[in-house]
Amino acid sequence: MINLKAAVEAVLFSCDSALSMTKLEQIFEVDQEELRRALQQLQHECQQEGRGVVLQEVAGGFQLRTRPEYAQWIMQLKRTRNMNLSRAATETLAIIAYRQPVTRAEVEALRSVDSGGIVRTLLEKDLVRVAGKKDAPGRPIIYATSTRFLEVFGLNSLEDLPSLRDFRTDELEFESEMNFEPEKGGQQ
Amino acid sequence: MAKSAYEVKLSQFEGPLDLLLHLVQKNEMDIQDIQIATITAQYLEHLKHMEAQNIDVASDFLLMAATLLYLKSRTLLPVSRVEVEQDEGVDPEEELKQRLLEYQRYKEGAQKLEQFPRLFRDVFPRPPLALDEVDSAASSEVQPQIDISVYDLVRAFSAVMRLKQAPPVHRINGGGISVTLGVRLLLQQLHGQERVSFQRCFTAATTRLEVVVQFVAMLELIRLQLLSFEQHSHGGMVYMYPSERIRNGCYADIEHMLDLKEPLDD
Repeated sequence: MINLKAAVEAVLFSCDSALSMTKLEQIFEVDQEELRRALQQLQHECQQEGRGVVLQEVAGGFQLRTRPEYAQWIMQLKRTRNMNLSRAATETLAIIAYRQPVTRAEVEALRSVDSGGIVRTLLEKDLVRVAGKKDAPGRPIIYATSTRFLEVFGLNSLEDLPSLRDFRTDELEFESEMNFEPEKGGQQ
Repeated sequence: MAKSAYEVKLSQFEGPLDLLLHLVQKNEMDIQDIQIATITAQYLEHLKHMEAQNIDVASDFLLMAATLLYLKSRTLLPVSRVEVEQDEGVDPEEELKQRLLEYQRYKEGAQKLEQFPRLFRDVFPRPPLALDEVDSAASSEVQPQIDISVYDLVRAFSAVMRLKQAPPVHRINGGGISVTLGVRLLLQQLHGQERVSFQRCFTAATTRLEVVVQFVAMLELIRLQLLSFEQHSHGGMVYMYPSERIRNGCYADIEHMLDLKEPLDD
């Protein structure tokens, strides 16, 4: 009888990408229920024992990742890729994420500025992908977020995106309740 | 980031809506009852300020200025009820409010996204293993087709280019680098094989130049459908599948299709 939890940990440690449940099932040849228990145990231990890594569920798979608070030390290794995004890029990415599939013209209409260069950057960073062509005059390209996007932002699926404020409800009443943003009051 | 004439950074504002939203918030107004006159005055003031700093005011900002002035003029003119009722289409002021609200929504979405622990900024996975080390997708089982684009091929190519660093010694090249050479190098690897990983295709190449020529040859073979490629997992290995002609060594055919000047097997 192997210690499944430890074995799963070892496999996840040795792998450089997130492993899906199906893949883990193939490796260990035990049923998903058992695997899920082992994964939960492992996840729990990482949380409880204050370890440097956590087990995270991303893009439909499982991956060991370092804790955000230790980023500054990992940076010292200087072998990491740059995932910084400008404000404009984050804004464009958010629009694509929430509105997908979406054309460049639709993004630009929402942002009120040209966004071609930014969309290209997001494509190069593999955060956004070409999802096809819209069945409209000119057959414009439509964009959607990639699996990479889920990985980078630590989301299991698009459903994990935080919900946006629904401005169509009565804004006046809503606004007073939604006073959760500290920067709104402090902005000069 | 790509620089273009119309992407001038205007102080800290990404666009006219961004500036407008900032003004609305600064004045502690509600978007629903925005005071057009006040906002317009401040907006124009801001544009003047930007011009004074010799910043080219982008046309998007000017268009918004025109819209605001139009809305302001409408509030100054007496409107008869009949006219209002006859007015077809959307109320431009209402339209602007909707755009602002919508923009605010995504801006908030972006702020939330910004705070998420981000890979390679806040959290880190194990770094990828060296390319030749493990061929993780080596199982021949058929997996569902995933999205693969020309970007994946380019990425695989850059990975090979990184491995084949320029040699430290200078060498006088006797010439003779041609697509024919590239095809020849490539065929060495593909001959008789069912499939070959993208990286392995380049084992015969000794210099970066040869890698480049071979990549060109590869693209050419793909174009002629003598070669196809697949990727089994996102960001995983790219595999090249030679056609029957290549596997069986029908070099005369390939020479003909590529219109090569020199023979492939010499």
